[in-house]
Amino acid sequence: MAEKTVIDARGSFCPGPLMELIARLKSGQVGDEFEVLSSDKGSATDIPEWVEKAGHEMVETHEDKGIWHITVKKMR
Amino acid sequence: MKILIIGGGMGGTILGNNLARRLSAEIKAGKVNLTMLSASDKHFYQPGLLYLAVGQMMPDELYRDQASLLEPGIEFQVDPVTEFHLDDNQVKTQSGRTYKYDVLVVATGSRPIMDDVPGLAENAEMFYTEEGALKMLKTLREFDGGRVVVTVGVPHKCPMAPLEITFMMHDYFKERGILDKVELYYTYPIGRIHSLENVAKWATAEFEQLGIKYETFFNMKEVDGENKILRSEEGSEVQYDLLVTIPAHKGMEVIESQGLGQDGWVPIDRLRLNMEGRDNVFAIGDTTNLPISKAGSTAHFEAEALGENIASMVKIGQTVRDYDGKVFCFIEAGKDRATYAMFDYQNPPDPKPPTRAMHWFKVAYNKLYWASARGLL
Repeated sequence: MAEKTVIDARGSFCPGPLMELIARLKSGQVGDEFEVLSSDKGSATDIPEWVEKAGHEMVETHEDKGIWHITVKKMR
Repeated sequence: MKILIIGGGMGGTILGNNLARRLSAEIKAGKVNLTMLSASDKHFYQPGLLYLAVGQMMPDELYRDQASLLEPGIEFQVDPVTEFHLDDNQVKTQSGRTYKYDVLVVATGSRPIMDDVPGLAENAEMFYTEEGALKMLKTLREFDGGRVVVTVGVPHKCPMAPLEITFMMHDYFKERGILDKVELYYTYPIGRIHSLENVAKWATAEFEQLGIKYETFFNMKEVDGENKILRSEEGSEVQYDLLVTIPAHKGMEVIESQGLGQDGWVPIDRLRLNMEGRDNVFAIGDTTNLPISKAGSTAHFEAEALGENIASMVKIGQTVRDYDGKVFCFIEAGKDRATYAMFDYQNPPDPKPPTRAMHWFKVAYNKLYWASARGLL
């Protein structure tokens, strides 16, 4: 059954939110969703860019009080 | 009070020595018992492997007897934990003993994983073990030219290592007089050549000056050893003559098999460092799930914060500080130059141009480390 996991990458400069997402996606199942919390506004562009290249799916992006919430679905 | 530290790496050792000093009176009075369990009687200086792989350090420089690094107040046993019984506040060990605790600190580190990418283990060099670093050195010595591809798994220990090994191999081939026969080709998982934006900007300019080619958004999918091709999850492929990998890492197997955390990473509170749902279980160093660098300095700064808090809990019944996410990483930049990156949860790094002085400081630190492990530096 598909699950949703929150990846709290606030304050992560290194390895950074996208690397955290890549690492967690590897051990997830197809259909699982991952919500990345990032304090870096760059995540709102670099995560979707990688998600498209890697063949996964963007579900939703919004910003709340300086924190970006970016939800991605593992597609393969 | 029984304080039990699992792991004799950098985090566990610094924490143990920190606590032994802060609580020396309580230990002498028999009010506190401080025990460390480790899988080895040797302490291993892991950052030295980078230098071992290019012939700049020898294996005997990377080890000390663990007992020689510890304060007298620490009861040290070589007896790896095989079972965690957190509800009963006890662990069981390989020897069959049971150790009870009031406070448990897990500092068991991480391990490179080479078998999650088909063909990687059989065809790539890696320097994250002594055996691997020595094999890589032999391969570099015998290499007579061609394309050297650097490829990076996530998550990995030491975020600077991909850049450092690339610069160091550039220097190595130059010193051997074969640089004109070598093409260095660097790949990286995200859309720039390092996770830190400022480091990526600086390193990109260095790469272009040195003629090092690079490809971003490259996550290893498989290695075709017969045709010497590396393929990425993003759909590209690159031919190699020599493949060098910074492999993905996982926490120790016992952590995952005992249900302490997925992939062996213990989920903890980023400020207090306690395991989620447990007030008396903590984790430091590589073994945490924190979104920060898996590096010796992370373990060091976490150990100092946690040592202060555990000691204050013993003395006044409450903690006194939070871990602020501090990390400090040297960055070897080639040509006998280095720089560094220092950052925390709130403040991004601002690395300065590399200098020879910082390189020699790093070389000196490779010797000074043993004072650091003792908690003196």
